[in-house]
Amino acid sequence: MSYKAKFKVWRGEGGEGRLEDFTVEVNEGEVVLDIIHRLQATQAPDLAVRWNCKAGKCGSCSMEINGKPRLGCMTRMSTFDEDETITVTPMRTFPVIKDLVTDVSYNYQKAREVPSFTPPAGVRPGEYRMKQVDVERSQEFRKCIECFMCNNVCHVIRDHEENKTNFSGPRFLMRIAELDMHPLDVADRQDAAQEQHGLGYCNITKCCTEVCPEHIKITDNALIPMKERVVDAKYDPLVWLGNKIFRRGK
Amino acid sequence: MTQTTPEAPVRRQRAQVKVRTLRTDRWWLVPFVTFLGLSSFLVYGVWAIIDTSIFVEPYIAPFASPCLAAVTCPEGARVFGWAPIGDWYTLSPGLLILALPGGFRLTCYYYRKSYYRSFWLSPPACAVQEPHGKYTGERRFPLIMQNIHRYFFYAAIVIGLVLAYDAVLAVVHKPDGLGSWILIANAVLINAYTASCHSCRHITAGRLNHFSRHPLRYRAWTFVSKLNAKHQQLAWASMFSVMGADLYVRLVAKGIIAFPFA
Repeated sequence: MSYKAKFKVWRGEGGEGRLEDFTVEVNEGEVVLDIIHRLQATQAPDLAVRWNCKAGKCGSCSMEINGKPRLGCMTRMSTFDEDETITVTPMRTFPVIKDLVTDVSYNYQKAREVPSFTPPAGVRPGEYRMKQVDVERSQEFRKCIECFMCNNVCHVIRDHEENKTNFSGPRFLMRIAELDMHPLDVADRQDAAQEQHGLGYCNITKCCTEVCPEHIKITDNALIPMKERVVDAKYDPLVWLGNKIFRRGK
Repeated sequence: MTQTTPEAPVRRQRAQVKVRTLRTDRWWLVPFVTFLGLSSFLVYGVWAIIDTSIFVEPYIAPFASPCLAAVTCPEGARVFGWAPIGDWYTLSPGLLILALPGGFRLTCYYYRKSYYRSFWLSPPACAVQEPHGKYTGERRFPLIMQNIHRYFFYAAIVIGLVLAYDAVLAVVHKPDGLGSWILIANAVLINAYTASCHSCRHITAGRLNHFSRHPLRYRAWTFVSKLNAKHQQLAWASMFSVMGADLYVRLVAKGIIAFPFA
């Protein structure tokens, strides 16, 4: 069953742009990305959109659909009323290159600032031994497809551009938590999480978790456990005393 | 044609959407209902501190338990007859312990989310612009004090045990009393909420990197993690149960509720 849907799509380069109106055919089973492609094919051949797998696994087609961060390829048209006007805009937190394509290099910069996996001295690749039960907690975080919708929706940088310097966003705080929980990682992640990556900015309002297309419990399983570890390392005098008395290291 | 250049102010390079949000759903409903729910708890709490009808054999109002004051706590309301606060204290007994369960909820990770959203609008909902010009998070005083949550958790364990003791005592003395079972339900919910706390999850084994070396702690962590997934629901359920149980006891104490199995 086909129908004509009303779309408003952000068009423009850099920050300057406007919402343009389109009326476009929608067929049964289609997703928003299909409609964007139909617009390219029929009405707006220069409409820019980043996409790749069309299966919710590459994280390329992040956009905001009716104001909510979504993957275009995973948002079914059947979830909207036929007479509803659907607004499609680029991710708001990142600079626009053109139309729906944003410059997400902030995220790659932050990724580079997280030191990589650091095994104990003397343990070489091929000699890593660990039990499944010890690593499965952090395996949840490996599901991340780097769509960057969590960083996009986080109000710390979405509403406050000036915080981008000191805040790495949920994606990379989750990466730090993943490494900190790793049984073989020996780098000091806790102090770095708080002082260099801005964990203290997070006020755990859980928007990152709400928008994650992989349903990773970012807040409950990564950010809050990481906050608790930072409390151990920096703010809890009893833990400090216990570490001194029992000579506990990492 | 405008070009996105490194020289351009970064803020200008974002899509200049002029509205706070383009969301079309009723995003304001959850923070609004949360605001009403939490406000009702605050208003009730203030009234409960002022009100003096805290005890009617064998029930003690949860907001006043443990009852520690020699003057304002009736004999039967004291835990093991113990009243460590002497004659000098003549104010509400609830005032003495209010900071402990209050602090536990105030610094709770779920409540933080709910009041940051509904009271401070930071943000009011996901992808809805907050009204504040500046944001520093929980890095400075006073919000850095949220990090003492685990100490309130330790206190909450004690309070939860006392409420359970009160409830068991009520059932022993009045097994056919509706109030006894209301207190039991409240004690179960309060203790479940306490056990589902993120700090509890961390303390049981969350702080470890080698679960395999601590199988018992790992099992405890697994159990707490299951409870933790329901932390939000338990936070609301226990908040209403403690209000309901407290109000019930006070109404019985005042004689407003006076049916035979009260």
